[in-house]
Amino acid sequence: MPMRKVMKGNEAAAWAAKLAKPKVIAAFPITPSTLVPEKISEFVADGELDAEFIKVESEHSAISACVGASAAGVRTFTATASQGLALMHEILFIAAGMRLPIVMAIGNRALSAPINIWNDWQDTISERDTGWLQFYAENNQEALDLILAAFKVAEDERVLLPAMVGFDAFILTHTVEPVEIPDQEVVDEFLGEYVPKHAYLDPERPITQGALGFPAHYMEARYTVWEAMENAREVIKEVFEEFEKKFGRKYHIIEEYRTDDAEIILVTMGSLAGTVKEFVDKKREEGVKIGAAKITVYRPFPIEEIKALAKKAKVLALLEKNISFGIGGAVYTDVGRALINEKEKPIVLDFILGLGGRDVTFENLEEVVEIARKAMDEGVKEEVYWIGLRKEIL
Amino acid sequence: MAENPFKENIEMVEKEYSEKMTPGAIVYLPGSSVVNKTGSWRVFMPKFNRDKCVRCFMCYIYCPEPAIYLDEESYPVFDYDYCKGCGICANECPTKAIEMVRETK
Ligand code: SF4
Ligand code: SF4
Repeated sequence: MPMRKVMKGNEAAAWAAKLAKPKVIAAFPITPSTLVPEKISEFVADGELDAEFIKVESEHSAISACVGASAAGVRTFTATASQGLALMHEILFIAAGMRLPIVMAIGNRALSAPINIWNDWQDTISERDTGWLQFYAENNQEALDLILAAFKVAEDERVLLPAMVGFDAFILTHTVEPVEIPDQEVVDEFLGEYVPKHAYLDPERPITQGALGFPAHYMEARYTVWEAMENAREVIKEVFEEFEKKFGRKYHIIEEYRTDDAEIILVTMGSLAGTVKEFVDKKREEGVKIGAAKITVYRPFPIEEIKALAKKAKVLALLEKNISFGIGGAVYTDVGRALINEKEKPIVLDFILGLGGRDVTFENLEEVVEIARKAMDEGVKEEVYWIGLRKEIL
Repeated sequence: MAENPFKENIEMVEKEYSEKMTPGAIVYLPGSSVVNKTGSWRVFMPKFNRDKCVRCFMCYIYCPEPAIYLDEESYPVFDYDYCKGCGICANECPTKAIEMVRETK
């Protein structure tokens, strides 16, 4: 019988790692995800997890050790956040290019300056081009579940790419919620043992990994990463289906909420989706035709799903806790890419909010809907809005 | 230069590598480093004084490249196709048998 425990998001991530039985975990503590390696080190010390826990002196070393371990052929896990993830940046490309299915939990946190330990998605969003799969969890249960699913997708032979699973700093990492911990046997059945087919250490079969790729090979190597990311679309669907069969919880690449006959759809990710769904319920009671959509899988970007979503509404309002300076939100530009060649498309508006842990309130969302409605009636005047900004102190 | 002992491997690797991209662009079999010489450029180079050498192998152990091998009499030989001129060997040598000198044309 699955166990129900009340736990923080960080603990849920550590439990997911324990259930996945990685052989190597290398990690460096950083707020807000410190508790993930802390908890895992306890599991290892107590003999509940048979793994090598490597303490390193920086995140750059943590991910480097993970690359080494994964290249040697074992299931590998780590966790980080924010500046720590940024410090890993260089190696993230290498892990993806070497096609190593490392899974990493991220307590999504803002980036400096100024120093800020609270939630937004700038850390993982900034790593969207590294070749890592990206999942975003709405709650602690999803953090656990998506890490398990991420292992399965990452290790699929058609994919073989590393994966990061983000869950919002403090809102999830430090908040206790009831979480169902699946049975070990069911997880074992779901994941199976990791049997590396391409990268493993064997003195009888000497190989060079991460070698120099001359112009004659580099482009092809990069293309295979592209191809793997494309393959992941199908694999993720399969894995989510199997996940539902095994654990009873259904995941969608984009989860739609009350989108039928909606004129305005609020599109978001992570824990903000919970707030937005509540808000949609409230507005529906008032007779306002709005819906919500949550992007669970951000890389590969759900192009087809966005196209389908766009057919349903007059306005897509993107709510994002990140910014790509000089253009707008990152998700906004991705949605633009998905819709650019569509004949009929809705108005797409971008709302930057909740940066660095600022609360996103119902008042903020009212403002969003107000702007969306105005755009519907009077045409688009502006595309990128900063919501909840204290202009008076500027 | 002596015949490359991995010649066959290199040809095979190059052929396979160009015909089929492996996941992660893995190169099977050793050998490519024999053709990819990495150390023909340096600022300083180790100059070896055989008379002072006590054959302790410290230089051999510490060379990060590893650009030092031992001859039949177990004296170090410096392979300038790979030596980066870092000076670690000279630093580690207990008898100062290695001196780093500026490389000239
Ligand atoms: S100088 Fe450095 S690279 Fe060259 S032989 Fe000495 S230790 Fe090796
Ligand atoms: S460290 Fe010095 S003494 Fe020892 S083997 Fe090398 S050159 Fe000779």
